[in-house]
Amino acid sequence: MTIADPTLPVAPVAAKPARQPNQFIEFCRQQPLGAVSFVVIFLMMFAGIFSPWVAPYDPLNIDFASLLAPPSADHWCGTDAYGRDICSRLIYGARTALVIGFTSSFVGSSLGAILGIASAYFGGKIDDWIQRFVDILLAFPLIVLALVVVAAFRKFSVGGVDVNLIVAIAIPIIPRVARVVRAAALSVRVAPYIDAARAAGYSHTRIIFRHMAPNVVAPYLIMLTAFIAQAILAEASLSFLGLGVTEPTAAWGLMLSGNAADFYRQAPWMILFPGIAISLAVFAFNLFGDSLRDFLDPRFKV
Amino acid sequence: MKISRRTALQGTAGALALGMSGFNFDFTKANAQAPNVKRGGTLNFAISAETPHYDPTGSDTYAALHFAAPFYSTLLRFDLKKFPGLEGDLAASWTVAPDLMTYTFKLTPDVKFHDGQSLTSADVKASYDRMRNPPAGVVSTRQATFADIGEIETPDPLTVIFKMKNVNASMLEHFASPWNVIYAAKDITENPTGPRTKINGTGPFTFVEHVKGSHVAGKKNDAYFKKGFPYLDGFKGIFTLQAAAMLNAVQGGQVLAEFRGISPAERDRLVQTMGDKIRIEEDSWTLNLLVCFNVDKKPFDDVRVRKALLLAIDRWGGSNGLSKISTLRSVGGVIRPGSPFATPEAELVKLPGFSKDIKASREEAKKLLKEAGQENLKFVLWNRNLAMPYTPAGVFLVDQWRQIGVEVEHKQSDTGPYLATMNAGNHDVAIDFSNLFMDDSSLGLAKYLSLSRAPENRSRSKDEQLDKIFDEHLRERDPEKRKALIRAFEKRVFEQAYQQPLLWWHRIVPTHKTLMGWPMSPSHNLGQQLEAVWLNT
Repeated sequence: MTIADPTLPVAPVAAKPARQPNQFIEFCRQQPLGAVSFVVIFLMMFAGIFSPWVAPYDPLNIDFASLLAPPSADHWCGTDAYGRDICSRLIYGARTALVIGFTSSFVGSSLGAILGIASAYFGGKIDDWIQRFVDILLAFPLIVLALVVVAAFRKFSVGGVDVNLIVAIAIPIIPRVARVVRAAALSVRVAPYIDAARAAGYSHTRIIFRHMAPNVVAPYLIMLTAFIAQAILAEASLSFLGLGVTEPTAAWGLMLSGNAADFYRQAPWMILFPGIAISLAVFAFNLFGDSLRDFLDPRFKV
Repeated sequence: MKISRRTALQGTAGALALGMSGFNFDFTKANAQAPNVKRGGTLNFAISAETPHYDPTGSDTYAALHFAAPFYSTLLRFDLKKFPGLEGDLAASWTVAPDLMTYTFKLTPDVKFHDGQSLTSADVKASYDRMRNPPAGVVSTRQATFADIGEIETPDPLTVIFKMKNVNASMLEHFASPWNVIYAAKDITENPTGPRTKINGTGPFTFVEHVKGSHVAGKKNDAYFKKGFPYLDGFKGIFTLQAAAMLNAVQGGQVLAEFRGISPAERDRLVQTMGDKIRIEEDSWTLNLLVCFNVDKKPFDDVRVRKALLLAIDRWGGSNGLSKISTLRSVGGVIRPGSPFATPEAELVKLPGFSKDIKASREEAKKLLKEAGQENLKFVLWNRNLAMPYTPAGVFLVDQWRQIGVEVEHKQSDTGPYLATMNAGNHDVAIDFSNLFMDDSSLGLAKYLSLSRAPENRSRSKDEQLDKIFDEHLRERDPEKRKALIRAFEKRVFEQAYQQPLLWWHRIVPTHKTLMGWPMSPSHNLGQQLEAVWLNT
């Protein structure tokens, strides 16, 4: 055991810079429910991306010998009216939900954000016109507007992804995001650096995209996350109503419709597991969105 | 109701014998009314598809017929109590020359169209002329059926004489086709496409309204020529495109029937929940779904590709599974299995696509695709978005073709665009239907004739050999020789693989027990004039 001699000269120690806390760990610490929902989302994404390796069966494989089999060691969530493995269809269904949910939310939120920033930046009559247009779109509930759009356009798919469905879900998201982002952008618009950019003779496009947009990222991200849940729900609803993806694609809403309606008394697992998957996904994205808002909004930190 | 082979043969032979002897019978007395009938009330029934237009002669979907049949009359019709026997509708009596070359119809006098015009033989002539020689802009899916009519004479306002160019042993039954409704000559001369959007018939009900996406309504025709009919004050055909909505409506009493047919699971649900309030009638069905390749499109112009895709389908396994969850049931060729001219199973299994050794068939299919350079074949399967049984059929086919490495995108659409796409030849492969109203080979085979003769041939094939066999079979009166020609026709169709029946349907019809007088039959196209239907409430 050595004892330090206090009389010995001490070498000068360079002052260490204050350590920044890891944002992710900080998020998990401050928002434990958000962290749990992140894990659920991560698992969903993992299942969706790696579904061919994760799923125990081919989700499209018909097996008439196993029609409406109850949950068992062979089929954890049972089988449907075609003898297809429900667990595998749920795993592949995560891919459909994420692709359509994320893409439509991203497209809708991004367009909404651009519209919102432009509206706030230009002000005056342009702002009035954009906001009245937004008012009209906001008058329709999300699912109703999506129904109108999907019914108005013919089915169009690229690489097996229903583009018309993405457009149908994205359009109702646009005004909702535009309204929120405009509010944030209004405060940015009067900031001195925007006046400076104007004085420097920068173009409107440059000011909007390089100077205003980065400063409204927080509300944009929060809306984007929250609308993924709405988009997943909208996709499931449209598929349930027969206007979304078509059989035999594995999609949660579709799993609840079609012959599930005929056989749910005989085989309740046909509706139980897809129902749980939809609820869990929507709950997780909503919770994650809320937690992200609480974490990013400085007012909640005071 | 089961029609045995013997009954059907006896019926056909009887009809032929009566026809040849110059049969003449007054059917006006046959319209005796049922005792204890309650009059009045409005019948609400479900229609699971909405017709794209109102013209039955230019349609082959029941959606048009369930919508329009109550507004119209035909020359003859099937007597569903004695199916496939016939009875007069507009025709009060008729005679058939022994050589089957002349058919003379005496019309019921004092028949009025809904707009007040009197019906004459000129209206019958104009309607049949429109069907056999449709003017520009008019689609007639009955052109091939009436190609053998040479001339139509109208010696007086109540007599119509059909003079044939060739013998057609099934002609009399064709005059009873529910699709061959009679229009007013004036209407179709002034506007040949008018019946697509306007209704003016002589049927038991007059048109009230068509609210798109909702319903069609009719009210009692007080001037109907069958005195005492109809019993109902009116009807409302409600479009219930979703099966669940239809079932709930039947269960809740909002509709009293779905006359087309429901699935076994839907039947079980109604019986379970409604007990003795619901009546369920079952029969085999003169209807099949077809796998149809568009031969105008590559690579489906290659018989090897078409044949490979048909060989990959396990019909026998599919029949076993699909019959539990859908209205699809029987494996059969171009004629309804179990009917007199149907190909027996022992012969059927020798035809391409019907072997019970599915493993060997799929090996052959893969070999054919390789030969055709189509090992990575991808295409769109075009289908109707009617849940029963089109969706199960689509799901089944996608699965079957995946097993030989073919990637299929399944697209479903409403009845209108579904038919329009196929009629325009914009599909790759489609699930089509053969909607017959009787077990007659001239009907069953007509769909496979060259496109120029049969607009309803959605494979768009042109095959003179098939046309020739068909014509020979029409002239043939000896049942055995006719049967042999049907076999030759069927073999050629399946060898060329233009289109092929997937499975034949099984009909299950739910009606409330308060609904009386509706006759069940093996065809959902028959018995929809509804004049003898009444409500026992």
